[in-house]
Amino acid sequence: MGLLTLFAKAPGPLLKLPAGSFTVNREGCVLIATLPSSFPAVLVHQIGEDVLAAFRSAAAAQLPLSELIINYPSLKITARELRGGAVVFLSPKGLDARATQS
Amino acid sequence: MEATHKILLLDDDPDLLDMYREIISQLPSRPEIFTASSGSRAMAMLEANDFRLLISDLKMPKMDGLQVLSIVRRKYPQLRTVVLTSVVDEQFRSRVYALGVDLFWHKPSTEQEIKMFLECLESLLGRDTDAGFRGVQSKSLVDIIQLECLSQSSSVLRITNGPLTGRIWIQDGELIDAEAGDLAGEAAFHKILAWRTGMFETLPPEPSRPRTITKSYNALLLETAQALDEARMPAASAGEAKSVSSPLAELSQVAGVEFVLAMKPGETNVPEARGLENPERMTAWAQQSRERFRELGERLQAGPLEQLVGLGPQRHIALARQDDTEFCVGWRNSMTAQQVSEMMKKVLELWAS
Repeated sequence: MGLLTLFAKAPGPLLKLPAGSFTVNREGCVLIATLPSSFPAVLVHQIGEDVLAAFRSAAAAQLPLSELIINYPSLKITARELRGGAVVFLSPKGLDARATQS
Repeated sequence: MEATHKILLLDDDPDLLDMYREIISQLPSRPEIFTASSGSRAMAMLEANDFRLLISDLKMPKMDGLQVLSIVRRKYPQLRTVVLTSVVDEQFRSRVYALGVDLFWHKPSTEQEIKMFLECLESLLGRDTDAGFRGVQSKSLVDIIQLECLSQSSSVLRITNGPLTGRIWIQDGELIDAEAGDLAGEAAFHKILAWRTGMFETLPPEPSRPRTITKSYNALLLETAQALDEARMPAASAGEAKSVSSPLAELSQVAGVEFVLAMKPGETNVPEARGLENPERMTAWAQQSRERFRELGERLQAGPLEQLVGLGPQRHIALARQDDTEFCVGWRNSMTAQQVSEMMKKVLELWAS
């Protein structure tokens, strides 16, 4: 019937959520990362910037925070404040993890 | 006369679009089929037309399917969505469902698979979009339970209402057990029935489940209906000076809570607060953080922000949403992150019920 051939397509650049960690300094520069190189550096930088901004705005609101845990349905981000910078852990959640949570 | 449903097909391969159009035109409901070969084109078409269903590929250049779907789920919550892909990685299946997509299908390769795919599409097109439990056309949870019991079915109903999950075990048409958070048996059943909206799925029966509910389903449904009616009745009675407390007051009584802030996104009203002398500063931080991490979730295609927990030397804090209300809750700093997360779910559960 030829359907298999028709439906086949070369793999595209889908973003896979990584497991690993990285550290950012107070300027937002990524110092060390254990994330796969396939994960875009621009997103690592964005995560770093966002957690630093959250720590700073919390301190400005007189609510100093030392750790942030951000939960999405398919990803958990844990960020620990580190002398003005942060160490950030990324843990993707699979279907199994979601099932056991519920 | 019933209106013809419109379906939008999104794939970057024009040959596949033609093929899908051909296959989907065989649906008994004879929907109108439109095609788009890029995410941006699909977004423009969704803006201009009232579609019932979007069928999207995942792997596409520029704007991939996950990006399109994360925007679509937010902008058009009533739109039914189906992913049709050749991606076999389980992470993507998980993420697609986390975005709230109705169906994830591997591209069908046999006639049998195509037939099953079409049956699923027809079922999706037929579902009602009004409030209620998604899964069966315009049926309340009471209807669903009655249907299961009257037909002497055996199944497990898994009901989800935001972060809350409950299960009801039915064996040979009898309710035998229920579970919702820490509650079990009748108490859990009443709790689940108090949820006004949600989603359910039918799981295979578990005949070995111990029976904790002995009342008939009719008696239980009646009790629940009475309890809900009483809860809705105004508290005013002659000569009785009953103080009407804010629902937030109840939340602030939960163990470990230091303050509660409730905000309606998009509204300019002053947020309701309990336990905060100066809620403006906290509101600004909460709104800013919620927006920041919502956008990050979209960029990462990780799904909507579920919960944010912050641990600090003075107090801990948690942000989460229930229905149309955003909550920012302050917690004692002696609690662990896990405790804050679990207790935050309880706060939302209390609000929902």
